[in-house]
Amino acid sequence: MSEYVVELKDIVKTFPGVVALNHMQLNVKPGEIMGLIGENGAGKSTLIKVLTGVHAADSGQVLVDGEEKHFKNPQEAIHEGIACVYQELNMEALLPITDNIFINKWKKRKSGLLDYAEMNRIAKETMLDLGQDIDVTKPAGTFGMGIQQMVEIAKAVLANAKMIIMDEPTSSLSDNEIEQLFKTCRKLKAQGVGILFVSHKLEELFELCDRVTVVRDGEYIDTRPIAEWDNDSLINAMVGRTLDNQFPKKPGVKSEEPFLKVENLSSIGVLRDVSFEAYGGEILGFSGLVGAGRTETMRAIFGADKIDSGKIYIKGKHARIKSPRDAIGSGIAFLTEDRKGQGLVLPESIGLNLILANMKRFKSGILLDKKKMRAAGEKNVKDLRIKATGLEEKVQQLSGGNQQKVVIGKWVNTDAEIYIFDESTRGIDVGAKVEVYEVMNELVRQGKCVIMVSSELPEILGMSDRIIVMREGKITGEMRRGEENFNEEAIMKAAWEV
Amino acid sequence: MKKSKGSNLAAYAGTFGALLILCIIWAVSHDRFMTYNNWMSILKQTSFNALVSTGMLLALITAGIDLSVGAVATFAACLAGCLLNMGVESTPVLIIVALAASACIGLINGLLLTKLHLPHPFVSTLGMKNVLWGLALIVTGSKMISFVNRGVDGIMWLGSATIKGFPISFIVVIVIYVLMHIMLTRTSLGRSIYCAGGNMEATRLSGINADNVLIFCFAFSGLMAGLAGLVSIGRSGICNGANAIQPYDTDAIAACIIGGASFRGGKGTMLGTMLGALIIAVLRNGFTLLSVASSWQNLVLGLVIIGSVLLDVVRGRMAANALRKAKA
Repeated sequence: MSEYVVELKDIVKTFPGVVALNHMQLNVKPGEIMGLIGENGAGKSTLIKVLTGVHAADSGQVLVDGEEKHFKNPQEAIHEGIACVYQELNMEALLPITDNIFINKWKKRKSGLLDYAEMNRIAKETMLDLGQDIDVTKPAGTFGMGIQQMVEIAKAVLANAKMIIMDEPTSSLSDNEIEQLFKTCRKLKAQGVGILFVSHKLEELFELCDRVTVVRDGEYIDTRPIAEWDNDSLINAMVGRTLDNQFPKKPGVKSEEPFLKVENLSSIGVLRDVSFEAYGGEILGFSGLVGAGRTETMRAIFGADKIDSGKIYIKGKHARIKSPRDAIGSGIAFLTEDRKGQGLVLPESIGLNLILANMKRFKSGILLDKKKMRAAGEKNVKDLRIKATGLEEKVQQLSGGNQQKVVIGKWVNTDAEIYIFDESTRGIDVGAKVEVYEVMNELVRQGKCVIMVSSELPEILGMSDRIIVMREGKITGEMRRGEENFNEEAIMKAAWEV
Repeated sequence: MKKSKGSNLAAYAGTFGALLILCIIWAVSHDRFMTYNNWMSILKQTSFNALVSTGMLLALITAGIDLSVGAVATFAACLAGCLLNMGVESTPVLIIVALAASACIGLINGLLLTKLHLPHPFVSTLGMKNVLWGLALIVTGSKMISFVNRGVDGIMWLGSATIKGFPISFIVVIVIYVLMHIMLTRTSLGRSIYCAGGNMEATRLSGINADNVLIFCFAFSGLMAGLAGLVSIGRSGICNGANAIQPYDTDAIAACIIGGASFRGGKGTMLGTMLGALIIAVLRNGFTLLSVASSWQNLVLGLVIIGSVLLDVVRGRMAANALRKAKA
């Protein structure tokens, strides 16, 4: 018998062009709660996917109770006692709790009919065991997220899980539900189940975990008993990186008056009193964790989502922005984070996508002017170095980097004053990233206002003149280039600590 | 640029070929098929479906559907008949009221979809179809109403008049198809319709009022169906509320899909739809010439529709595969 219920040794997992896990290791003892923490993109998700059989590792070992396993699919991992409660729950909201628990593993009578009496009894007992005294015959959708999560845990328990992975289990729970979840975790621990607890919230790790493992850039950094960690050491372990010269930052001339002024933007459950100013000739970075409210802030400014209260001023004038159309009319360009879902019409041509946000500029009379469209399109292709066979090529045939350039071209063609880049370099190669930075530099040189939302700290620090940090829908920090606190540690503190 | 135009035309080669083969089969089977008179009658029949298909195409491009087009056409005719029975004997008034009512019904379909957030136009337009079926029977008292010799011959002109046998209605169709082709390919509204179907969210975030684009499509669909209703009056001289449940909608869907439109939206052209409408009309015409029972006609047309949708699915898969290979 091994000391560990699950042990990962020297795991390497690569995707085309990316090393997602580089000699990663992790181990969890029976009856232990192991915390796992790392920045966005540090490799936590891939690690979980290797553990649960979604991805196969390129090399390295996965040991369960000391025996090497090669999971081909999630079913095999579950069979070996490794269960995962995902962030996004897969609940049949209209079916009773019982059905949700027994989906695919129905208990039947001899006649072949389902034995609901038995299933209800087991479901009730299991939920009770997890500390939830509920009516299991009611539809799952009538219960809150906390209970629904318990259903997932109950499924794991009934499958005799030796280890349960919880991927940011508290992100959508109320304080009360979190308290319940912790109780359940401790109960499972007492029964000898190992738990891998992935969280963005440091205080939760300190409250719940026995040990914590830190990962960064796909690599294993350190594992220590919780008593040997503190806030600073955890954050340092997560950051610990030097900036190199992949950021061709060129400072501009900051405008006297702010181009954009946001006052007390609020949206219940999403944004809390967000106020800031952005100037022409500067890059304002927005940092924070995924879900901190950065994208939501930008969508609110752009009129894509309704807000409950707050005011937006453009160049000193109160702007009533009710729709993206109004925002574009006010001179705002928004390069959305999801370029395929929100930025581009994939089955349409490059030429059409490039004029999409400002078609009236390309009209003569009631018809679209092909000459104007082609001239603008060819200029975009040349300026942005879009690699394509021609303006008629469908956008879906382009690489990620070139697609992103089409999005940039589309917005440059609106002649906006304020450009919001939301995670614009995600998923594109390093060369294309630099080209995106060069576009930002050029906009700044022209005296335009650039807002850059990014989850990558090196990029934010490399390109921003000023950085605003958000956490849980609030602004929790602001740093200026050249000041003492313009560094990763300060950003991480603002992003992670209450 | 030149090359892409060539390949665009090549996309119609299959549809055109199918039409040609069908014509050859009918010509061999029946000696009256290739006569001038028969072809004029085919064009007359095509007119109705071609008009109804115009609206259907717009709905399909936005990744929606308009199942009420056939019922709108019938209702428009019945409304005119009802007014005539009530003593309204002015042709322009009858035409304007019928067309305005049709456009309004389309507008309501659009508003139900965008402002009242019904999940898919399938729901609202299917409901509307039944509402109009009922209304068409109510306003006509469930009786056929004749327009012949009642002093409103003008209303029948569109559907019955010809120039040396060539139907005026088909000339109107050609004009509308040319204008719509320009609208869809060369105006910002037209391109917005394709974009809304290709990616609604990206279109909205590009500052295009996607709701208004959809409302326009459905209102226009209603208007075209109303026009088709007037054509039907000219062809038969009567209106009949029971026609509201004729399979006009499915004929229109078949014309669009055969012509290259897709249920996934973002695709479809006027030229393709015209070819599709011709194929349907030629198919029905040949059956009639060969005295095939209408039950068999229905059966074959049903198979054609299933076949064309299958074609759409296969085309989608092939495109996805080609894309995958091109990227690899």
